Amino acid sequence: MPPQLKTLLPLLAVFICIFLVARHFLIPESFGKYGHYRADSMDETAAIPINYVGKEACAECHDTETAKLASDLHSVLSCEICHGPGALHVADAEKGILLKPGTREFCGTCHSINPARRTEVINQIDTKEHHPEKDNCIDCHNPHAVWELKE
Amino acid sequence: MGTERINDTRRNFLRKSAMLAGTLLATSVTKPFTAVIFAANQPDKTKPWYGIGIDIEKCIGCGNCAKACKLENDVPKEPFYFRSWVEQYAIKNDGTVKVESPNGGIDGFTQTVAAEDIFKTFFVPKMCNHCAKSPCTQVCPVGATYESPEGIALVDDKYCIGCRYCIQACPYGCRYLHPVKNTVDKCTLCYHRIKKGLSPACVEVCPTGARIYGDLNDKEGLLNKFLKEHHCHVLKPNLNTGSKLFYNGLSAEVR
Ligand code: HEC
Ligand code: HEC
Ligand code: HEC
Ligand code: HEC
Repeated sequence: MPPQLKTLLPLLAVFICIFLVARHFLIPESFGKYGHYRADSMDETAAIPINYVGKEACAECHDTETAKLASDLHSVLSCEICHGPGALHVADAEKGILLKPGTREFCGTCHSINPARRTEVINQIDTKEHHPEKDNCIDCHNPHAVWELKE
Repeated sequence: MGTERINDTRRNFLRKSAMLAGTLLATSVTKPFTAVIFAANQPDKTKPWYGIGIDIEKCIGCGNCAKACKLENDVPKEPFYFRSWVEQYAIKNDGTVKVESPNGGIDGFTQTVAAEDIFKTFFVPKMCNHCAKSPCTQVCPVGATYESPEGIALVDDKYCIGCRYCIQACPYGCRYLHPVKNTVDKCTLCYHRIKKGLSPACVEVCPTGARIYGDLNDKEGLLNKFLKEHHCHVLKPNLNTGSKLFYNGLSAEVR
């Protein structure tokens, strides 16, 4: 072995030691538990609060609307499709303001005629031509029980 | 050359054999690191292994999945980045294909191709495929994106350096750089919801039941029932990504 290498060897050993010590402190504990990543980040992702609470949560306070909805063809719809995410509202009914859309554009996102939609799956109407005498769809159809028509 | 080989000394031969055996022994020591070396874990058959099913025949293109995804996961409304979105395909009689996704479908769709020109038309909801051999997680230089043991591709936004390499690597275009956090963001299959026993937001709001998610290891589960009863395809099967997003009624034109 060349003599200059011999003098450098201890230096190299010191560097390796520093590297190992630094590595020990820099790498988070959960890194590499399941693979080449921080396992704790899964728990962090899982801890994010939810915004959509689901029908059951609404049913606790709004049993009439829930029963209405279940009685007709819109029973397949979630409350939050129309009213928006309800987590805030469930936590504090006064504060969380929910949407109540019943316009031709809104109902049209599902019901306007489009050849890409199958009629077996959903009945479609021309949102402009269908009963133009009233402005909004909910002026006739009850959004919760669609075949309950107002007249 | 042949003679040279034969003339090799016995000592040399033994030395080479010992070296080979040593290397083999050394690699066997790295067994705990196979996940690093092969970038993919073998699924554990006793634990959940999530997949998604989408029934194109049932999709009415209302865009509620895309909307709910944004609201549930605080994805900025604008600029238009999506974790989940819907595309409207219209295949014309002359064979050309028109793909549209105005605002990702959030505000609904209108058919822009005249009815007499349409050969067929349908909606394709898209989202992360949560591939079993995901090309995106393999390229991360800092170990910030990975496949969880449940088979969900996640991003560790504390570790992500925003190099965008994984955005390039995803063949399905399912990743974007979050404009506020400056880290990569993507569908987590609503990991925070499924861990609480709820379904992902897009599945929750789908009005026609076109979306199904479930455990592929649960042979009696909803997803396996869906796969049994329908002829399902994945996107870009030629890339061998091990996609776990199964489409019923997928046309060959869809990319
Ligand atoms: C803790 C009980 C509670 C729960 C749970 C709850 N609400 Fe309410 N909600 C209320 C109260 C109280 C009001 C106010 C009633 C009023 O002003 O007449 C209200 C009002 C409303 C209104 C009418 C708002 C308006 O402007 O008139 C809507 C729509 C609504 N809730 C939808 C929902 C939906 C959807 C859910 C499920 C995500 C839900 N609520 C869950 C208590 C609740
Ligand atoms: C198809 C869309 C749609 C769905 C689904 C829906 N709602 Fe509504 N809801 C509306 C609209 C539109 C109004 C406003 C009605 C009006 O102003 O006459 C409304 C009004 C309400 C109100 C206020 C009632 C009032 O008299 O002002 C409550 C409470 C409510 N909804 C609860 C629910 C609950 C709970 C569910 C789920 C079980 C649900 N809604 C599902 C569209 C919907
Ligand atoms: C998220 C999509 C969606 C929205 C938004 C929506 N609907 Fe519906 N609607 C449906 C589905 C799904 C059905 C059930 C179709 C079936 O099972 O045949 C339905 C059924 C109906 C029907 C009965 C049609 C029939 O076949 O008898 C009427 C009427 C109706 N909706 C009116 C409305 C009105 C009015 C609004 C606006 C307040 C509205 N819908 C909003 C999805 C939607
Ligand atoms: C003036 C009252 C009125 C208004 C406004 C109205 N509808 Fe209707 N709708 C009816 C009546 C009545 C029927 C029963 C069938 C018919 O007369 O076409 C009906 C039928 C339907 C059907 C079933 C169609 C079928 O072929 O079975 C759907 C879907 C529907 N309406 C959706 C809507 C939507 C969406 C809107 C808003 C764009 C709307 N309606 C506005 C009165 C109304």
